[in-house]
Amino acid sequence: MADINSRIRDSYQTVIDGGKHWSLNMSAGTLLRLTDIEGGANVGMLFYNPQNPLERYNAPDTLKCQHTFKLTKGHCLYSDMGRIFCSIVEDSNGWHDTVCGNSTQKLVVSRWGEKSYQVHRNEWTQNGHDAFLVEAGKYGLGRRDLAANVNWFSKVAVAHDGALSFDAANAKRGSFVELRFEMDTLVLLHTCPHPLNEAKDYPRKPVEVAISRAAAVTEEDFCMNSWPENIRGFANTDLYKLCGRKA
Amino acid sequence: MHGTDAHNSLQTTPQSSAPTTRRSSLVPGEAVFRHVIPAGEYWIDTLRSGQRLRIVDVEGNQAADTLFFNAADVADRYSAVDTIREQGNVYLSYGSKLLSTAGNVLAEIVADTVGRHDTLGGACAAESNTVRYDLEKRTMHSCRDSYLLALAQHDALGMGKRDLTHNINFFMNVPVTPDGGLTFADGVSGPGQYVEMRAAMDIIVLISNCPQLNNPCNAYNPTPLEVIIWDADVP
Repeated sequence: MADINSRIRDSYQTVIDGGKHWSLNMSAGTLLRLTDIEGGANVGMLFYNPQNPLERYNAPDTLKCQHTFKLTKGHCLYSDMGRIFCSIVEDSNGWHDTVCGNSTQKLVVSRWGEKSYQVHRNEWTQNGHDAFLVEAGKYGLGRRDLAANVNWFSKVAVAHDGALSFDAANAKRGSFVELRFEMDTLVLLHTCPHPLNEAKDYPRKPVEVAISRAAAVTEEDFCMNSWPENIRGFANTDLYKLCGRKA
Repeated sequence: MHGTDAHNSLQTTPQSSAPTTRRSSLVPGEAVFRHVIPAGEYWIDTLRSGQRLRIVDVEGNQAADTLFFNAADVADRYSAVDTIREQGNVYLSYGSKLLSTAGNVLAEIVADTVGRHDTLGGACAAESNTVRYDLEKRTMHSCRDSYLLALAQHDALGMGKRDLTHNINFFMNVPVTPDGGLTFADGVSGPGQYVEMRAAMDIIVLISNCPQLNNPCNAYNPTPLEVIIWDADVP
């Protein structure tokens, strides 16, 4: 056991099987790297300020201040208070969705049939919406606290007329995305299928989760400088940390 | 949680490429309620199932930041992501069913003279203004301030900041490009244009008439909106 304990002091990695959920508190200055082990993965994710969970990830603010519909390297994920929970510092994928929400129990049952826990044990077919409710509940949060989530590895493009299309080929085997946390952040995540994934069988795709420490953010930081708006987002986040600094 | 059949839809069903418009046959003389919302103010009220609500862009290019709540269970509220996913299209227009977080139909757009409304851009807030424009703009008025005041002044409803979720921006034009870009463009609305909804259940409606002065969502000139309500039995 001592060996495991000393190893976790600096970094940790694990595999979350497909169709499962987890949550963790990431401190400012840590990295969270997700890897799509087999291809076809989806990771639903929500972010909250653990000191005040009324401050949460805001997809519209994130998209409009960076003039983007997709998320990729260089983008920052904003709270509704104008601060940055985390920056996307690496991304081999190129397009992640944040406007299509979650699979629901009704959707999963109608698309892939019901696989109850009673019969199928760990192979039951969980859905993203209920997965978030379970993880949120561990922190006293509930239905009123949910918001538009990120769907890592999932690409949903928009045609000129506004029509959505899910790109089943986007989530490639071995692709990864790495988040650097700029402030202390509660992270809820699930590995349930994207709601527009119409694969024949319930996509049960494992994801590697790796946690480590980040290097200090420099003035030349790619994410901070990718948009003038992000310089101001980092300033807001620094102001928050200045006000909260311990004596 | 999932009490209706809204999530039975498996396929995305893209709407036709041309924006769909449809005029209403209702006449204001038969309305049961009319109210002008000045820019920078809010309006909150309950619509009974079957009632119809028209929002009029009185002078043109004015954003109506709108939220809906299931009046019997306010945690069940308008969900932008469920609405766009189930209709397979990011824009709202005639025929759009406005879905809740539990997949219930809260209301349906039954008339629309504009043809395209946004539900990706969210509401302006003092804090997001600091990011988008300047840290020193933190004291300028915003839709979220109006929302917060509305819920504080109507605290019998039991709602607060937790309940402020991603809204609809009626009359606002936020085009998404096929390569994944997003812009705030000049409005496609104009003086006297309107959108009309029929409540599919008893719903609370909260509108902020957007005070934004920093971008073209109001053509840099916030102007009044009018809300008009008809009872269900008006043909």
